[in-house]
Amino acid sequence: MPLDSHEVEKIAHLARLAVRTEDVPEYATNLSNILTLMAQMDSVDTAGVTPMAHPLDMPQRLRADQATESNQRELFQSIAPQVDAGLYLVPKVIE
Amino acid sequence: MKWECVIGLEIHAQLATNSKIFSAASTAYGAPPNTQACAVDLGLPGVLPVLNAEVVRMAAKFGLAIGATVARRSVFARKNYFYPDLPKGYQISQYELPIVEHGRLEIELDDGSSKTIGITRAHLEEDAGKSLHEEFQDKTGIDLNRAGTPLLEIVSEPDLRSAKEAVAYMKKIHSLVRYLAICDGNMQEGSFRCDANVSIRPVGQAEFGTRAELKNINSFRYVERAINIEIERQTDVLEGGGTVVQETRLYDPDKNETRSMRSKEEANDYRYFPDPDLLPLEIDDAFIESVRASLPELPDAKKQRFMHAFGLSAYDAGVLTASREMSDYFESVVGAVGGEAKLCANWIMGDLSAALNRDGKEITESPVDAAMLAGMLKRILDNTISGKIAKDVFEAMWAGEGDADTVVERKGLKQITDTGAIETIIDQVIAANPAQVEQYRAGKDKLIGFFVGQVMKLSKGKANPAQVNELLLKKLSY
Repeated sequence: MPLDSHEVEKIAHLARLAVRTEDVPEYATNLSNILTLMAQMDSVDTAGVTPMAHPLDMPQRLRADQATESNQRELFQSIAPQVDAGLYLVPKVIE
Repeated sequence: MKWECVIGLEIHAQLATNSKIFSAASTAYGAPPNTQACAVDLGLPGVLPVLNAEVVRMAAKFGLAIGATVARRSVFARKNYFYPDLPKGYQISQYELPIVEHGRLEIELDDGSSKTIGITRAHLEEDAGKSLHEEFQDKTGIDLNRAGTPLLEIVSEPDLRSAKEAVAYMKKIHSLVRYLAICDGNMQEGSFRCDANVSIRPVGQAEFGTRAELKNINSFRYVERAINIEIERQTDVLEGGGTVVQETRLYDPDKNETRSMRSKEEANDYRYFPDPDLLPLEIDDAFIESVRASLPELPDAKKQRFMHAFGLSAYDAGVLTASREMSDYFESVVGAVGGEAKLCANWIMGDLSAALNRDGKEITESPVDAAMLAGMLKRILDNTISGKIAKDVFEAMWAGEGDADTVVERKGLKQITDTGAIETIIDQVIAANPAQVEQYRAGKDKLIGFFVGQVMKLSKGKANPAQVNELLLKKLSY
Protein backbone atom coordinates (compact mmCIF):
# COMPACT_ATOMS: atom_id res chain seq x y z
CA MET A 1 0.00 0.00 0.00
CA PRO A 2 2.36 2.71 -1.24
CA LEU A 3 1.88 6.31 -0.14
CA ASP A 4 2.53 9.15 -2.56
CA SER A 5 4.18 12.47 -1.74
CA HIS A 6 0.86 14.26 -1.57
CA GLU A 7 -0.38 11.92 1.17
CA VAL A 8 2.83 12.33 3.15
CA GLU A 9 2.38 16.10 3.04
CA LYS A 10 -1.21 15.79 4.22
CA ILE A 11 -0.24 13.54 7.14
CA ALA A 12 2.53 15.96 8.09
CA HIS A 13 0.03 18.82 8.03
CA LEU A 14 -2.41 16.95 10.28
CA ALA A 15 0.38 16.28 12.76
CA ARG A 16 1.63 19.87 12.41
CA LEU A 17 5.08 18.58 11.40
CA ALA A 18 7.35 20.59 9.12
CA VAL A 19 8.86 18.22 6.57
CA ARG A 20 11.52 19.35 4.10
CA THR A 21 10.50 18.78 0.51
CA GLU A 22 13.66 16.80 -0.24
CA ASP A 23 12.84 14.40 2.63
CA VAL A 24 9.31 13.62 1.43
CA PRO A 25 10.26 10.68 -0.89
CA GLU A 26 12.20 8.99 1.92
CA TYR A 27 9.27 9.38 4.34
CA ALA A 28 6.96 8.01 1.66
CA THR A 29 9.13 4.91 1.28
CA ASN A 30 9.46 4.32 5.04
CA LEU A 31 5.77 4.88 5.76
CA SER A 32 4.83 2.64 2.83
CA ASN A 33 7.00 -0.14 4.27
CA ILE A 34 5.20 0.17 7.59
CA LEU A 35 1.84 -0.02 5.83
CA THR A 36 2.97 -3.08 3.91
CA LEU A 37 3.81 -4.75 7.21
CA MET A 38 0.35 -3.78 8.50
CA ALA A 39 -1.25 -5.27 5.41
CA GLN A 40 0.73 -8.47 5.99
CA MET A 41 -0.51 -8.65 9.59
CA ASP A 42 -3.99 -7.88 8.37
CA SER A 43 -4.03 -11.14 6.43
CA VAL A 44 -3.90 -13.16 9.68
CA ASP A 45 -7.28 -14.57 10.65
CA THR A 46 -8.28 -12.77 13.88
CA ALA A 47 -11.94 -13.75 13.92
CA GLY A 48 -13.00 -14.31 17.52
CA VAL A 49 -9.98 -12.49 18.97
CA THR A 50 -10.84 -9.47 21.16
CA PRO A 51 -8.75 -6.48 20.09
CA MET A 52 -6.25 -5.54 22.77
CA ALA A 53 -6.85 -2.09 24.21
CA HIS A 54 -3.78 -2.10 26.43
CA PRO A 55 -0.74 -4.37 26.89
CA LEU A 56 -1.39 -4.61 30.64
CA ASP A 57 -4.06 -7.16 31.41
CA MET A 58 -5.75 -5.06 34.11
CA PRO A 59 -8.92 -3.02 34.43
CA GLN A 60 -8.84 0.75 35.00
CA ARG A 61 -8.69 1.86 38.64
CA LEU A 62 -11.04 4.62 39.69
CA ARG A 63 -10.60 7.56 42.04
CA ALA A 64 -13.17 9.07 44.42
CA ASP A 65 -14.86 12.25 43.16
CA GLN A 66 -13.04 14.75 45.36
CA ALA A 67 -11.57 18.08 44.31
CA THR A 68 -8.21 18.18 46.09
CA GLU A 69 -6.05 20.21 43.67
CA SER A 70 -5.11 23.69 44.82
CA ASN A 71 -4.66 26.72 42.60
CA GLN A 72 -1.15 26.73 41.13
CA ARG A 73 -1.76 29.19 38.36
CA GLU A 74 1.24 31.36 39.13
CA LEU A 75 3.62 28.41 39.06
CA PHE A 76 2.17 27.02 35.81
CA GLN A 77 2.11 30.40 34.10
CA SER A 78 5.71 31.17 35.05
CA ILE A 79 6.82 29.06 32.06
CA ALA A 80 4.20 30.38 29.62
CA PRO A 81 5.48 32.71 26.86
CA GLN A 82 2.70 35.24 27.39
CA VAL A 83 -0.12 35.67 29.91
CA ASP A 84 -2.56 38.44 30.70
CA ALA A 85 -5.35 38.75 33.27
CA GLY A 86 -4.87 35.10 34.22
CA LEU A 87 -5.25 33.91 30.61
CA TYR A 88 -2.64 32.19 28.45
CA LEU A 89 -2.17 34.26 25.30
CA VAL A 90 -1.62 32.62 21.92
CA PRO A 91 -1.56 33.97 18.34
CA LYS A 92 -5.08 34.85 17.24
CA VAL A 93 -7.11 31.84 16.15
CA ILE A 94 -10.61 32.22 14.80
CA GLU A 95 -12.48 29.39 13.25
CA MET B 1 -41.18 18.35 -5.01
CA LYS B 2 -42.11 17.42 -1.44
CA TRP B 3 -39.13 17.19 0.88
CA GLU B 4 -38.67 15.38 4.15
CA CYS B 5 -35.99 16.28 6.64
CA VAL B 6 -33.88 13.85 8.62
CA ILE B 7 -32.34 15.01 11.87
CA GLY B 8 -30.03 13.43 14.41
CA LEU B 9 -28.84 15.21 17.56
CA GLU B 10 -25.59 15.03 19.48
CA ILE B 11 -26.13 16.36 22.97
CA HIS B 12 -23.26 17.17 25.31
CA ALA B 13 -24.34 16.96 28.94
CA GLN B 14 -21.79 18.13 31.48
CA LEU B 15 -21.77 15.66 34.35
CA ALA B 16 -22.39 17.22 37.76
CA THR B 17 -19.29 15.99 39.54
CA ASN B 18 -17.13 17.84 42.08
CA SER B 19 -13.87 17.09 40.29
CA LYS B 20 -12.83 16.57 36.69
CA ILE B 21 -13.04 13.35 34.75
CA PHE B 22 -9.31 12.55 34.95
CA SER B 23 -7.97 14.93 37.60
CA ALA B 24 -8.80 16.20 41.10
CA ALA B 25 -9.26 19.82 39.98
CA SER B 26 -12.60 21.43 40.82
CA THR B 27 -15.34 21.74 38.18
CA ALA B 28 -17.09 24.71 39.88
CA TYR B 29 -18.32 27.25 37.33
CA GLY B 30 -17.21 30.86 37.27
CA ALA B 31 -13.80 30.70 38.99
CA PRO B 32 -11.09 33.18 37.89
CA PRO B 33 -9.35 31.93 34.71
CA ASN B 34 -6.90 29.03 35.01
CA THR B 35 -7.25 28.68 38.78
CA GLN B 36 -8.91 25.27 38.36
CA ALA B 37 -6.58 23.82 35.73
CA CYS B 38 -4.06 21.42 37.28
CA ALA B 39 -1.01 19.71 35.77
CA VAL B 40 -3.16 16.87 34.35
CA ASP B 41 -5.59 19.31 32.71
CA LEU B 42 -2.68 21.25 31.22
CA GLY B 43 -1.15 18.07 29.81
CA LEU B 44 2.22 18.70 31.43
CA PRO B 45 4.83 15.99 30.87
CA GLY B 46 4.75 13.00 33.20
CA VAL B 47 1.15 13.27 34.35
CA LEU B 48 -1.32 10.39 34.21
CA PRO B 49 -5.11 10.61 33.99
CA VAL B 50 -7.08 8.67 36.65
CA LEU B 51 -10.77 8.09 35.98
CA ASN B 52 -13.38 9.58 38.34
CA ALA B 53 -15.66 6.84 39.76
CA GLU B 54 -18.69 9.15 39.90
CA VAL B 55 -18.51 9.77 36.15
CA VAL B 56 -18.86 6.03 35.53
CA ARG B 57 -21.82 5.80 37.90
CA MET B 58 -23.57 8.74 36.23
CA ALA B 59 -23.10 7.36 32.71
CA ALA B 60 -24.43 3.98 33.86
CA LYS B 61 -27.45 5.70 35.42
CA PHE B 62 -28.24 7.39 32.14
CA GLY B 63 -27.78 4.11 30.24
CA LEU B 64 -30.21 2.24 32.47
CA ALA B 65 -32.75 5.08 32.29
CA ILE B 66 -32.92 4.85 28.48
CA GLY B 67 -33.06 1.05 28.42
CA ALA B 68 -29.60 0.84 26.87
CA THR B 69 -26.80 -1.66 27.18
CA VAL B 70 -24.24 -0.51 29.73
CA ALA B 71 -20.98 -1.99 28.45
CA ARG B 72 -19.18 -4.36 30.82
CA ARG B 73 -15.99 -3.21 29.10
CA SER B 74 -15.40 0.15 27.44
CA VAL B 75 -12.24 1.80 26.16
CA PHE B 76 -10.97 5.38 26.15
CA ALA B 77 -9.45 6.67 22.94
CA ARG B 78 -7.52 9.74 21.90
CA LYS B 79 -9.19 12.05 19.41
CA ASN B 80 -6.33 14.03 17.88
CA TYR B 81 -6.61 17.60 16.69
CA PHE B 82 -4.80 20.87 17.23
CA TYR B 83 -6.41 23.84 18.88
CA PRO B 84 -4.96 26.14 21.55
CA ASP B 85 -7.66 25.33 24.10
CA LEU B 86 -6.76 21.63 23.87
CA PRO B 87 -3.35 21.54 25.58
CA LYS B 88 -2.55 17.85 25.06
CA GLY B 89 -3.24 17.97 21.31
CA TYR B 90 -5.90 15.29 21.83
CA GLN B 91 -9.19 14.93 23.63
CA ILE B 92 -9.72 11.76 25.66
CA SER B 93 -13.00 10.29 24.45
CA GLN B 94 -14.52 6.91 23.68
CA TYR B 95 -14.75 5.68 20.12
CA GLU B 96 -15.27 2.04 19.20
CA LEU B 97 -16.32 0.82 22.63
CA PRO B 98 -18.48 3.46 24.38
CA ILE B 99 -19.96 2.92 27.84
CA VAL B 100 -23.62 3.15 26.69
CA GLU B 101 -25.18 1.76 23.49
CA HIS B 102 -28.58 1.01 21.96
CA GLY B 103 -30.99 3.01 24.06
CA ARG B 104 -34.32 4.64 23.24
CA LEU B 105 -36.54 7.44 24.42
CA GLU B 106 -40.21 8.14 23.82
CA ILE B 107 -41.20 11.69 22.92
CA GLU B 108 -44.69 13.21 22.84
CA LEU B 109 -45.74 15.07 19.70
CA ASP B 110 -48.10 18.02 19.41
CA ASP B 111 -51.01 15.87 18.21
CA GLY B 112 -50.82 13.82 21.42
CA SER B 113 -49.21 10.79 19.78
CA SER B 114 -45.79 9.53 20.81
CA LYS B 115 -42.73 8.38 18.92
CA THR B 116 -39.70 6.32 19.92
CA ILE B 117 -36.32 7.84 19.16
CA GLY B 118 -33.30 5.54 19.08
CA ILE B 119 -30.17 6.53 20.97
CA THR B 120 -27.17 5.07 19.21
CA ARG B 121 -24.70 5.62 22.00
CA ALA B 122 -23.58 7.78 24.89
CA HIS B 123 -19.88 8.05 25.57
CA LEU B 124 -17.66 9.70 28.15
CA GLU B 125 -15.17 12.39 27.22
CA GLU B 126 -13.38 15.43 28.56
CA ASP B 127 -14.29 18.99 27.64
CA ALA B 128 -11.76 21.43 26.14
CA GLY B 129 -10.86 24.87 27.52
CA LYS B 130 -12.32 28.17 26.38
CA SER B 131 -10.87 30.53 23.77
CA LEU B 132 -11.56 34.23 24.21
CA HIS B 133 -11.10 36.04 20.93
CA GLU B 134 -12.52 39.45 21.70
CA GLU B 135 -10.48 40.80 24.58
CA PHE B 136 -7.03 41.07 23.02
CA GLN B 137 -5.75 42.49 19.77
CA ASP B 138 -4.00 39.87 17.60
CA LYS B 139 -4.11 37.43 20.48
CA THR B 140 -6.47 34.78 21.76
CA GLY B 141 -6.82 34.32 25.51
CA ILE B 142 -7.07 30.76 26.81
CA ASP B 143 -8.87 29.73 30.00
CA LEU B 144 -8.34 26.06 30.81
CA ASN B 145 -10.69 25.84 33.81
CA ARG B 146 -13.17 23.89 31.69
CA ALA B 147 -10.52 21.56 30.29
CA GLY B 148 -11.09 18.07 31.67
CA THR B 149 -14.69 18.67 32.76
CA PRO B 150 -16.63 15.41 32.29
CA LEU B 151 -19.09 15.24 29.41
CA LEU B 152 -21.57 12.60 28.37
CA GLU B 153 -22.10 12.85 24.62
CA ILE B 154 -25.52 11.44 23.75
CA VAL B 155 -25.93 10.55 20.07
CA SER B 156 -29.41 9.92 18.65
CA GLU B 157 -30.32 7.87 15.60
CA PRO B 158 -31.42 9.97 12.60
CA ASP B 159 -35.02 9.34 13.69
CA LEU B 160 -36.23 12.94 14.02
CA ARG B 161 -38.34 14.33 11.17
CA SER B 162 -38.93 17.97 12.11
CA ALA B 163 -37.42 20.78 14.16
CA LYS B 164 -40.33 20.37 16.61
CA GLU B 165 -39.49 16.69 17.12
CA ALA B 166 -35.85 17.63 17.67
CA VAL B 167 -36.86 20.14 20.36
CA ALA B 168 -39.21 17.63 22.01
CA TYR B 169 -36.37 15.08 22.10
CA MET B 170 -33.87 17.60 23.46
CA LYS B 171 -36.28 18.71 26.17
CA LYS B 172 -36.92 15.11 27.15
CA ILE B 173 -33.18 14.40 27.50
CA HIS B 174 -32.81 17.66 29.44
CA SER B 175 -35.57 16.64 31.84
CA LEU B 176 -34.13 13.13 32.19
CA VAL B 177 -30.55 14.15 33.06
CA ARG B 178 -31.93 16.52 35.69
CA TYR B 179 -34.21 13.84 37.17
CA LEU B 180 -31.17 11.58 37.37
CA ALA B 181 -29.20 14.44 38.99
CA ILE B 182 -26.29 13.78 36.64
CA CYS B 183 -26.32 17.23 34.94
CA ASP B 184 -27.58 20.61 36.11
CA GLY B 185 -28.95 21.34 32.62
CA ASN B 186 -27.82 24.97 32.74
CA MET B 187 -27.71 26.00 29.09
CA GLN B 188 -26.40 29.54 29.72
CA GLU B 189 -23.33 28.13 31.42
CA GLY B 190 -22.92 25.56 28.65
CA SER B 191 -23.69 22.52 30.83
CA PHE B 192 -26.12 21.25 28.17
CA ARG B 193 -25.29 21.82 24.49
CA CYS B 194 -26.43 20.40 21.21
CA ASP B 195 -25.17 19.80 17.66
CA ALA B 196 -27.72 18.88 14.98
CA ASN B 197 -27.12 16.79 11.86
CA VAL B 198 -29.64 17.92 9.25
CA SER B 199 -30.36 16.62 5.76
CA ILE B 200 -33.35 16.53 3.44
CA ARG B 201 -34.58 13.99 0.87
CA PRO B 202 -37.57 13.70 -1.44
CA VAL B 203 -40.54 12.15 0.38
CA GLY B 204 -40.51 8.40 -0.28
CA GLN B 205 -36.77 8.13 -0.92
CA ALA B 206 -35.01 5.60 1.32
CA GLU B 207 -31.44 6.94 1.16
CA PHE B 208 -30.45 9.93 3.25
CA GLY B 209 -29.41 13.19 1.65
CA THR B 210 -26.05 14.84 2.32
CA ARG B 211 -26.06 16.31 5.79
CA ALA B 212 -24.79 19.50 7.36
CA GLU B 213 -23.76 19.59 11.00
CA LEU B 214 -25.01 22.61 12.97
CA LYS B 215 -22.68 23.34 15.87
CA ASN B 216 -23.19 24.33 19.48
CA ILE B 217 -26.77 25.48 19.68
CA ASN B 218 -27.40 26.61 23.22
CA SER B 219 -31.15 27.03 23.63
CA PHE B 220 -34.32 25.13 22.77
CA ARG B 221 -35.59 28.07 20.74
CA TYR B 222 -32.39 28.30 18.70
CA VAL B 223 -32.45 24.57 17.96
CA GLU B 224 -35.85 24.91 16.36
CA ARG B 225 -34.94 28.06 14.43
CA ALA B 226 -31.51 26.81 13.34
CA ILE B 227 -32.92 23.54 12.01
CA ASN B 228 -35.80 25.24 10.18
CA ILE B 229 -33.53 27.80 8.57
CA GLU B 230 -31.12 25.03 7.51
CA ILE B 231 -33.98 22.98 5.98
CA GLU B 232 -35.02 26.08 4.03
CA ARG B 233 -31.46 26.64 2.84
CA GLN B 234 -31.00 23.04 1.69
CA THR B 235 -34.40 23.08 -0.06
CA ASP B 236 -33.40 26.23 -1.94
CA VAL B 237 -30.04 24.70 -2.94
CA LEU B 238 -31.59 21.47 -4.24
CA GLU B 239 -34.54 23.12 -5.97
CA GLY B 240 -32.14 25.54 -7.62
CA GLY B 241 -30.36 22.56 -9.15
CA GLY B 242 -27.39 22.63 -6.77
CA THR B 243 -26.01 20.02 -4.39
CA VAL B 244 -25.68 20.13 -0.62
CA VAL B 245 -22.09 19.69 0.54
CA GLN B 246 -21.19 17.87 3.72
CA GLU B 247 -19.91 20.53 6.09
CA THR B 248 -20.03 22.04 9.55
CA ARG B 249 -22.19 25.16 9.84
CA LEU B 250 -22.59 27.69 12.58
CA TYR B 251 -25.98 29.16 13.51
CA ASP B 252 -26.02 32.93 13.95
CA PRO B 253 -29.07 33.83 16.08
CA ASP B 254 -28.73 37.57 15.36
CA LYS B 255 -28.97 37.15 11.60
CA ASN B 256 -31.06 33.95 11.83
CA GLU B 257 -28.86 32.16 9.30
CA THR B 258 -26.39 29.30 9.22
CA ARG B 259 -22.99 29.77 7.64
CA SER B 260 -20.21 27.41 6.67
CA MET B 261 -17.45 26.79 9.22
CA ARG B 262 -15.49 24.10 7.40
CA SER B 263 -16.22 21.66 4.60
CA LYS B 264 -15.39 17.99 4.63
CA GLU B 265 -12.20 18.44 2.57
CA GLU B 266 -10.72 20.56 5.32
CA ALA B 267 -12.29 18.41 8.03
CA ASN B 268 -10.06 16.97 10.68
CA ASP B 269 -8.92 13.43 10.45
CA TYR B 270 -9.00 12.61 14.15
CA ARG B 271 -6.78 9.49 14.01
CA TYR B 272 -8.48 7.84 17.00
CA PHE B 273 -6.51 5.19 18.87
CA PRO B 274 -6.84 3.61 22.35
CA ASP B 275 -5.29 5.87 24.99
CA PRO B 276 -2.23 4.05 26.37
CA ASP B 277 -2.51 6.09 29.60
CA LEU B 278 -5.83 4.46 30.49
CA LEU B 279 -6.73 0.81 30.97
CA PRO B 280 -10.07 -0.59 29.76
CA LEU B 281 -12.98 0.35 32.02
CA GLU B 282 -14.63 -2.76 33.42
CA ILE B 283 -17.99 -2.79 35.17
CA ASP B 284 -19.53 -5.82 36.88
CA ASP B 285 -23.14 -6.86 37.40
CA ALA B 286 -23.08 -5.91 41.09
CA PHE B 287 -22.17 -2.34 40.13
CA ILE B 288 -24.95 -2.19 37.52
CA GLU B 289 -27.46 -3.50 40.05
CA SER B 290 -26.39 -0.95 42.66
CA VAL B 291 -26.87 1.82 40.10
CA ARG B 292 -30.26 0.41 39.08
CA ALA B 293 -31.35 0.40 42.72
CA SER B 294 -30.41 4.09 43.01
CA LEU B 295 -32.56 5.22 40.05
CA PRO B 296 -35.33 7.66 40.99
CA GLU B 297 -38.86 7.40 39.59
CA LEU B 298 -38.41 8.55 35.98
CA PRO B 299 -40.57 11.17 34.20
CA ASP B 300 -42.66 8.74 32.11
CA ALA B 301 -43.49 6.50 35.08
CA LYS B 302 -44.27 9.53 37.22
CA LYS B 303 -46.55 10.97 34.54
CA GLN B 304 -48.52 7.71 34.38
CA ARG B 305 -48.81 7.64 38.18
CA PHE B 306 -50.03 11.27 38.26
CA MET B 307 -52.70 10.43 35.68
CA HIS B 308 -53.92 7.37 37.55
CA ALA B 309 -53.47 8.37 41.18
CA PHE B 310 -54.62 11.98 40.81
CA GLY B 311 -56.96 11.75 37.83
CA LEU B 312 -54.99 14.40 35.91
CA SER B 313 -55.10 14.77 32.13
CA ALA B 314 -52.09 13.64 30.09
CA TYR B 315 -51.29 17.31 29.44
CA ASP B 316 -51.39 18.37 33.10
CA ALA B 317 -49.41 15.30 34.19
CA GLY B 318 -46.84 16.04 31.47
CA VAL B 319 -46.36 19.66 32.58
CA LEU B 320 -46.13 18.74 36.26
CA THR B 321 -43.55 16.02 35.68
CA ALA B 322 -41.40 18.03 33.27
CA SER B 323 -38.95 18.60 36.09
CA ARG B 324 -38.33 16.75 39.29
CA GLU B 325 -38.60 19.96 41.32
CA MET B 326 -42.02 20.77 39.83
CA SER B 327 -43.37 17.30 40.54
CA ASP B 328 -42.01 17.36 44.10
CA TYR B 329 -43.72 20.72 44.67
CA PHE B 330 -47.01 19.41 43.31
CA GLU B 331 -46.91 16.30 45.47
CA SER B 332 -46.14 18.36 48.59
CA VAL B 333 -49.11 20.65 47.90
CA VAL B 334 -51.53 17.78 47.25
CA GLY B 335 -50.25 16.00 50.36
CA ALA B 336 -50.77 19.06 52.54
CA VAL B 337 -54.19 19.89 51.09
CA GLY B 338 -55.21 16.25 51.35
CA GLY B 339 -56.43 15.76 47.78
CA GLU B 340 -58.07 18.18 45.31
CA ALA B 341 -55.28 17.41 42.81
CA LYS B 342 -56.93 19.31 39.96
CA LEU B 343 -57.21 22.51 42.03
CA CYS B 344 -53.57 22.16 43.11
CA ALA B 345 -52.47 21.51 39.50
CA ASN B 346 -54.37 24.55 38.21
CA TRP B 347 -52.75 26.89 40.71
CA ILE B 348 -49.25 25.52 40.11
CA MET B 349 -49.59 25.62 36.32
CA GLY B 350 -51.45 28.93 36.40
CA ASP B 351 -50.66 31.67 38.92
CA LEU B 352 -47.50 30.10 40.35
CA SER B 353 -45.89 29.36 36.96
CA ALA B 354 -46.86 32.81 35.68
CA ALA B 355 -45.25 34.49 38.69
CA LEU B 356 -42.11 32.34 38.36
CA ASN B 357 -41.83 33.26 34.68
CA ARG B 358 -42.47 36.92 35.36
CA ASP B 359 -39.72 37.12 37.98
CA GLY B 360 -37.36 34.67 36.24
CA LYS B 361 -37.30 32.32 39.22
CA GLU B 362 -36.96 28.55 39.47
CA ILE B 363 -39.65 26.72 41.41
CA THR B 364 -37.10 25.92 44.12
CA GLU B 365 -36.66 29.69 44.66
CA SER B 366 -40.39 30.43 44.85
CA PRO B 367 -41.26 32.86 47.65
CA VAL B 368 -44.50 30.90 47.98
CA ASP B 369 -43.44 27.40 49.02
CA ALA B 370 -45.61 24.28 48.80
CA ALA B 371 -46.85 24.60 52.40
CA MET B 372 -47.93 28.23 51.85
CA LEU B 373 -49.77 27.45 48.63
CA ALA B 374 -51.47 24.48 50.30
CA GLY B 375 -52.50 26.70 53.22
CA MET B 376 -54.17 29.11 50.81
CA LEU B 377 -55.92 26.38 48.83
CA LYS B 378 -57.40 25.05 52.07
CA ARG B 379 -58.97 28.48 52.65
CA ILE B 380 -60.57 28.32 49.21
CA LEU B 381 -61.90 24.84 49.97
CA ASP B 382 -63.39 25.82 53.33
CA ASN B 383 -64.99 28.91 51.73
CA THR B 384 -62.96 31.42 53.76
CA ILE B 385 -61.92 33.11 50.50
CA SER B 386 -63.18 32.94 46.94
CA GLY B 387 -61.00 31.79 44.04
CA LYS B 388 -60.89 35.37 42.83
CA ILE B 389 -59.74 36.84 46.16
CA ALA B 390 -57.21 34.00 46.35
CA LYS B 391 -55.38 35.60 43.42
CA ASP B 392 -54.80 38.72 45.55
CA VAL B 393 -53.80 36.59 48.54
CA PHE B 394 -51.33 34.75 46.32
CA GLU B 395 -49.74 37.99 45.13
CA ALA B 396 -49.48 39.23 48.72
CA MET B 397 -47.79 35.97 49.78
CA TRP B 398 -45.46 36.29 46.77
CA ALA B 399 -44.56 39.81 47.92
CA GLY B 400 -43.57 38.44 51.33
CA GLU B 401 -46.57 39.56 53.35
CA GLY B 402 -46.87 36.26 55.21
CA ASP B 403 -48.96 33.12 54.84
CA ALA B 404 -52.55 33.02 53.61
CA ASP B 405 -54.21 33.30 57.04
CA THR B 406 -52.09 36.31 57.94
CA VAL B 407 -52.86 38.06 54.65
CA VAL B 408 -56.60 37.31 54.83
CA GLU B 409 -56.76 38.54 58.42
CA ARG B 410 -54.68 41.68 57.92
CA LYS B 411 -56.40 42.74 54.70
CA GLY B 412 -59.89 41.69 55.77
CA LEU B 413 -60.35 39.48 52.73
CA LYS B 414 -62.56 36.94 54.40
CA GLN B 415 -65.38 35.88 52.11
CA ILE B 416 -68.89 37.04 53.01
CA THR B 417 -71.06 33.95 53.31
CA ASP B 418 -73.62 35.43 55.66
CA THR B 419 -76.91 35.46 53.72
CA GLY B 420 -78.20 38.52 55.56
CA ALA B 421 -75.11 40.56 54.74
CA ILE B 422 -75.24 39.60 51.07
CA GLU B 423 -78.96 40.41 50.89
CA THR B 424 -78.29 43.88 52.27
CA ILE B 425 -75.82 44.54 49.47
CA ILE B 426 -78.23 43.13 46.87
CA ASP B 427 -80.98 45.41 48.13
CA GLN B 428 -78.68 48.41 47.72
CA VAL B 429 -77.81 47.40 44.15
CA ILE B 430 -81.47 46.89 43.23
CA ALA B 431 -82.42 50.25 44.71
CA ALA B 432 -79.63 52.03 42.86
CA ASN B 433 -80.43 50.58 39.41
CA PRO B 434 -84.23 50.75 38.86
CA ALA B 435 -83.94 50.95 35.06
CA GLN B 436 -81.90 47.76 34.81
CA VAL B 437 -84.25 45.99 37.20
CA GLU B 438 -87.17 46.89 34.96
CA GLN B 439 -85.38 45.67 31.83
CA TYR B 440 -84.43 42.43 33.54
CA ARG B 441 -87.96 41.80 34.67
CA ALA B 442 -89.13 42.56 31.11
CA GLY B 443 -87.07 39.58 29.94
CA LYS B 444 -83.53 40.84 29.42
CA ASP B 445 -81.98 37.86 31.28
CA LYS B 446 -78.44 38.76 30.31
CA LEU B 447 -78.49 41.64 32.80
CA ILE B 448 -77.93 39.12 35.62
CA GLY B 449 -74.22 39.46 34.87
CA PHE B 450 -74.45 43.19 35.46
CA PHE B 451 -76.09 42.69 38.86
CA VAL B 452 -73.58 40.05 39.96
CA GLY B 453 -70.83 42.45 38.95
CA GLN B 454 -72.31 45.31 40.94
CA VAL B 455 -72.76 43.15 44.04
CA MET B 456 -69.21 41.83 43.84
CA LYS B 457 -67.92 45.35 43.36
CA LEU B 458 -69.81 46.69 46.37
CA SER B 459 -68.58 43.75 48.50
CA LYS B 460 -65.03 44.38 47.26
CA GLY B 461 -65.01 40.92 45.72
CA LYS B 462 -65.62 39.25 49.04
CA ALA B 463 -69.20 37.99 48.59
CA ASN B 464 -69.46 34.28 47.85
CA PRO B 465 -70.28 34.26 44.10
CA ALA B 466 -72.52 31.18 44.21
CA GLN B 467 -74.64 32.68 46.97
CA VAL B 468 -74.81 36.04 45.21
CA ASN B 469 -76.18 34.37 42.10
CA GLU B 470 -78.76 32.39 43.96
CA LEU B 471 -79.97 35.29 46.10
CA LEU B 472 -80.06 37.72 43.15
CA LEU B 473 -82.22 35.40 41.09
CA LYS B 474 -84.60 35.09 43.99
CA LYS B 475 -84.78 38.83 44.68
CA LEU B 476 -85.10 39.92 41.05
CA SER B 477 -87.92 37.53 40.32
CA TYR B 478 -90.18 39.24 42.89
